[in-house]
Amino acid sequence: MSEVAQTYPPGQHPDMPPPAGQRGLMLWLRTNLFSSWVNTLMTVVAVYLLYKIVPPILDWAVLDAVMNAANRNECREIAQGACWAFIKDRFSILVYGFYPSDERWRVNMAFILLCLALVPVLFDNVPFRKPGMIFSAAYPFIAGWLLLGGLGLTPVGTDEFGGMMLNTVVGVTGIAFSLPLGILLALGRQSHLPIVKSCSVCFIEFIRGVPLITLLFVASTMLNYFLPPGTTFDLLLRVLIMVTLFASGYIAEVVRGGLQAIPKGQYEAADSMGLKYWQSMRLIVLPQALKISIPGIVNTFIGLFKDTTLVLIIGLLDVLGIGKSSLADAQWNGLSNEIYVSIAIFFFIACFGMSRYSIYLENKLDKGYKR
Amino acid sequence: MGEVNAETKTSVASAASKEDLIEIIGMHKWYGDFHVLKDINLRVKRGERIVICGPSGSGKSTMIRCINRLEEHQKGQIIVDGIELTNDLKQIDAIRREVGMVFQHFNLFPHLTVLENCTLGPIWVRQTPKAEAEEAAMNYLSKVKIPEQAKKYPGQLSGGQQQRVAIARSLCMNPRIMLFDEPTSALDPEMIKEVLDTMVELAETGMTMLCVTHEMGFARTVADRVIFMDGGEIIEENEPEEFFNNPQHERTKLFLSQILGH
Ligand SMILES: Nc1ncnc2c1ncn2[C@@H]1O[C@H](COP(=O)(O)OP(=O)(O)O)[C@@H](O)[C@H]1O
Ligand SMILES: [Mg+2]
Repeated sequence: MSEVAQTYPPGQHPDMPPPAGQRGLMLWLRTNLFSSWVNTLMTVVAVYLLYKIVPPILDWAVLDAVMNAANRNECREIAQGACWAFIKDRFSILVYGFYPSDERWRVNMAFILLCLALVPVLFDNVPFRKPGMIFSAAYPFIAGWLLLGGLGLTPVGTDEFGGMMLNTVVGVTGIAFSLPLGILLALGRQSHLPIVKSCSVCFIEFIRGVPLITLLFVASTMLNYFLPPGTTFDLLLRVLIMVTLFASGYIAEVVRGGLQAIPKGQYEAADSMGLKYWQSMRLIVLPQALKISIPGIVNTFIGLFKDTTLVLIIGLLDVLGIGKSSLADAQWNGLSNEIYVSIAIFFFIACFGMSRYSIYLENKLDKGYKR
Repeated sequence: MGEVNAETKTSVASAASKEDLIEIIGMHKWYGDFHVLKDINLRVKRGERIVICGPSGSGKSTMIRCINRLEEHQKGQIIVDGIELTNDLKQIDAIRREVGMVFQHFNLFPHLTVLENCTLGPIWVRQTPKAEAEEAAMNYLSKVKIPEQAKKYPGQLSGGQQQRVAIARSLCMNPRIMLFDEPTSALDPEMIKEVLDTMVELAETGMTMLCVTHEMGFARTVADRVIFMDGGEIIEENEPEEFFNNPQHERTKLFLSQILGH
């Protein structure tokens, strides 16, 4: 009020900070929490709910939790919160299933190598990406050798796989193989060759019309009728095939959505240059279509990873199956919260990671296009 | 006897190709039951510059798109540089390598930089080494006067710049023939000139060009022949002076009065 608006000669006006109340914390609070009376009311309600919910959870999970105890009763004598001692006791079976104790380093090794193999695939700005890609391509064979044994390592049967390791094996294999298969199916569905097209359409529609559990049952029982008698065909391998096929049907539809968003002019420009079909797909169409499809693809992957728990139904003991059977233990019975919360955390970390990666990728790919 | 026949055929084709780079003989095309192109006959000599005009929907785009097989014709012959267009994919690829095309909506690849747009064809179709392809691309980008935009993405350029990139991209393939399908129709008026200037310069290098355009100034200065199409037929064909000053057919007169009138 007392401030007289100062004037400057043209071209001389200095940069000034925004007026008080229009910057920093106060501005943020005003615009985000108290911008209107509805907003203010919702802020108050939210704070109240948080106050009601967070402290009890904190008490249960951390403050009143018991880390060390021999059984459930001991836990309860110490405190009323979560009995994490149970999870500690069961940790290795939850992670490794029935994998022989002396060989578990192989699972660890396979996991570490998996992380290394993922780096060049997921990030394009890392050093040594080209040789890294070769390693990534070789990884499935290395992992297969490490986990199954042979060639100097003690063989381990797939019936001894279990726990998180089983979920990871099924999930990673499904993801790695369903993406290329799904892309091929999507291209097949757009093909001008009638046979290729109708095969793709039939396959996709069949897969999408049938629940995964049905396919898993087919894998576990019916397949025996179709195979010549006496052939042994590993149950885990059948599950892997079914999960991969299932996910690829969904990926195909997601990618088809991306393909349809590519203007006809892109195909025409590629054709008029003389690019061959596969070249124009690989260089022009798919890079653009897949970029659009990232959210849908990652969504499918997240669904697939969580669906790996369905193998429980055909008798494979994944982390959920082992968790459930641990509950029957007389020493620890009744601790279902602890088990299920732990399993939920495991899945959440994996799925949240995928979700964040997809956002990172979208942002990265967006940069070039934008004006 | 069959051999002799084949030989005479090829020799006829090659003799013709010395004169005519493009030969369209009695060509018809249908979209389903719709007869879009009717008995098209056209010969284009090496170095000739042809402007095609006509009302919207008269089949201009369809005709030039038949020349590089973006559309398939159902009757008659199209012979480009001595190669007849059939369903043989090898021949189609061979022709497409020699024929560049510039579209109304540019059709640049948005996920690649300007430079990558230009080198893609040479690298993957002509197997040119990358460094060499980039050098050539920079050379053409300089010719269309935007070398400084090489590292940008198409989305960051104006329409006129994008169209000039599209022209450079086609030239990078060293085509013998350039097809233009209304290259300035999607541009704001102030950008039309920069694209037309580029096309005039290209014409001065002796490139064989077929341009669908309504830029009559361009047709007057550059074209050797103007072709008027209506209802899927070539109605009239003449040198620009004659075409504009002394049109023969009623429909041509009507069309010219419409586009020159306003
Ligand atoms: N893919 C198509 N399917 C059916 N009809 C088409 C197709 N493309 C073009 N046409 C029709 O063919 C006619 C000629 O089209 P076009 O060659 O694009 O005309 P112009 O370029 O002279 O405006 C138009 O009537 C148009 O509607
Ligand atoms: Mg047109």
